[in-house]
Amino acid sequence: MLEVAIKKTLPGGFALDVEFNAGAETMALLGASGCGKSLTLQCIAGVQTPDEGRITLNGRVLFDSEKRVNLPPQKRKIGYLFQHYALFPNFSVLQNIALGIGSGTRAEKLFAARNLIAAMHLDGLENRKPHELSGGQRQRAALARALATEPEALLLDEPFSALDDYLKWQLELDLADTLRGFRGTAVYVSHSRDEVYRLCGSVSVLQDGKSEKKRAVRDLFHAPETLSAALISGCKNYSRAEILPDGRINALDWGIALSAADEPPEDLKYIGVRAHYIKSCADANAENAVVCRVARDIDDVFGAVLMLETPGTAQLRAEMPKSARDALGEIENLIVQIDKNDIMLLK
Amino acid sequence: MDLFPLFNSLRVAAISTVVTFFAGIFAAYYIARAPRGLRGVVDVILTLPLVLPPTVIGFFLLKILGPRGPVGALFEIRLVMRWYSAIFASVVVAFPLMYRTARGAFAAFDPSLRHAGQTLGLSNTFIFWRITMPNCRAGILAGTILAFARALGEYGATSMAAGFTPGKTATISTTVYQLWRTGDDAGAYRWVAVNIAISFVVLLALNFFEGRQKRA
Repeated sequence: MLEVAIKKTLPGGFALDVEFNAGAETMALLGASGCGKSLTLQCIAGVQTPDEGRITLNGRVLFDSEKRVNLPPQKRKIGYLFQHYALFPNFSVLQNIALGIGSGTRAEKLFAARNLIAAMHLDGLENRKPHELSGGQRQRAALARALATEPEALLLDEPFSALDDYLKWQLELDLADTLRGFRGTAVYVSHSRDEVYRLCGSVSVLQDGKSEKKRAVRDLFHAPETLSAALISGCKNYSRAEILPDGRINALDWGIALSAADEPPEDLKYIGVRAHYIKSCADANAENAVVCRVARDIDDVFGAVLMLETPGTAQLRAEMPKSARDALGEIENLIVQIDKNDIMLLK
Repeated sequence: MDLFPLFNSLRVAAISTVVTFFAGIFAAYYIARAPRGLRGVVDVILTLPLVLPPTVIGFFLLKILGPRGPVGALFEIRLVMRWYSAIFASVVVAFPLMYRTARGAFAAFDPSLRHAGQTLGLSNTFIFWRITMPNCRAGILAGTILAFARALGEYGATSMAAGFTPGKTATISTTVYQLWRTGDDAGAYRWVAVNIAISFVVLLALNFFEGRQKRA
């Protein structure tokens, strides 16, 4: 169990305020770049010191500003996979991994390191220097090194950001296996909702240094509660919203009144709808239907995107397969309908 | 030809380089971690010898290390006008070169390598000598060579602090001046040639290491 509740203000004015608990699971910290994800990991690992707060791991106090406890990183038993892997350039792959193995004779360390090399499919690369490895091999070597310390928690900082796209998929499958075999707490930092959805069980969204409540990944993506959670989960359309006396919702930026399937919360601030869920419709008087002018018609790699002018000031973004776009023909206006089950009510 | 000035110059430059090496690295390493305001002030003080005329440094050295100076009075032995007096002068003059190059090398060093070492349970001493230093090697070697070259070429502060006593405190640079002053151009030319040869080798070495640093 990893319990984190810390605050830290940087000289530039950036304020980090993070709070979460994670058990034996893979938990994601999801947020845009510069939101404090890496800083959070650095504080947990002990290479940065929070201004105040408390960090405990399996009952051991790693940091406590009130009791003035601040364990050095060497004693925290935390494995860290750095964004650019941070392999030591002057040591071979084998030496890099063996350096992480804390106890035992030289022979025992080398034996343990060789086992990790086999487990991470690095056979034959033992004597290479890090700069002689491919990006994927570097990632596996760095992961082997982090696991060599037999850590109680594993921190992964954007493991795929330093890699080319075509390399990522197989490595992601390998990493999923490694994470499944890891018995401690894994904290996975990423700005990619897709990676988080596939690799993590729970997620806390980090927005401008502030963490939101931890949730199951599926809940976040299918029923986000806040605007920032909706945006990071890939929601492209949102509008300021207020509740009308008849119970419907006035989407202020779209200039339309919509019915939602769920009862809107009293502190409703925004509504959102995913670009895939905006459907064309034949009847302009149907529920949640609105006539829009087609502002832009964009041909994307595997689909089509229509930018639609609403009666309000904001545009709607509708995404559809190419075949669905072709079926519409040449159009100036389009009647679209938003299913009331597809409306996300956001705070 | 009496080779004492060559021997003395190399001896002084070598010892000064060793002292400067450790002092420069130590200062660069710790000042990078100091609070911002303190860092600015200390940085200026440590770099000052680079821009001050060597005669000003020599003057300070005489006042501080001389028999009646605050430091000189503490010692039984004489600190000025001996062969080792040139070491004090060379160290002060060469120090900023070592300090600033080492500081640049440390600043360019990826902090995540240090952090990785710490999370792996490696001691800070191990991290410094086996990870930080090897990966800053090119910059630190360049600084060392610059410091050696400067120490070897030191004239102003050295001539004031150590004077010129043939066979005792004479260095190549003070010998050239002395030979020229007494009209012995042939002798001066010989020492000039020696000096140029040494400087040539040192600068070749410097270019070699700087080239390696750029590639790394």
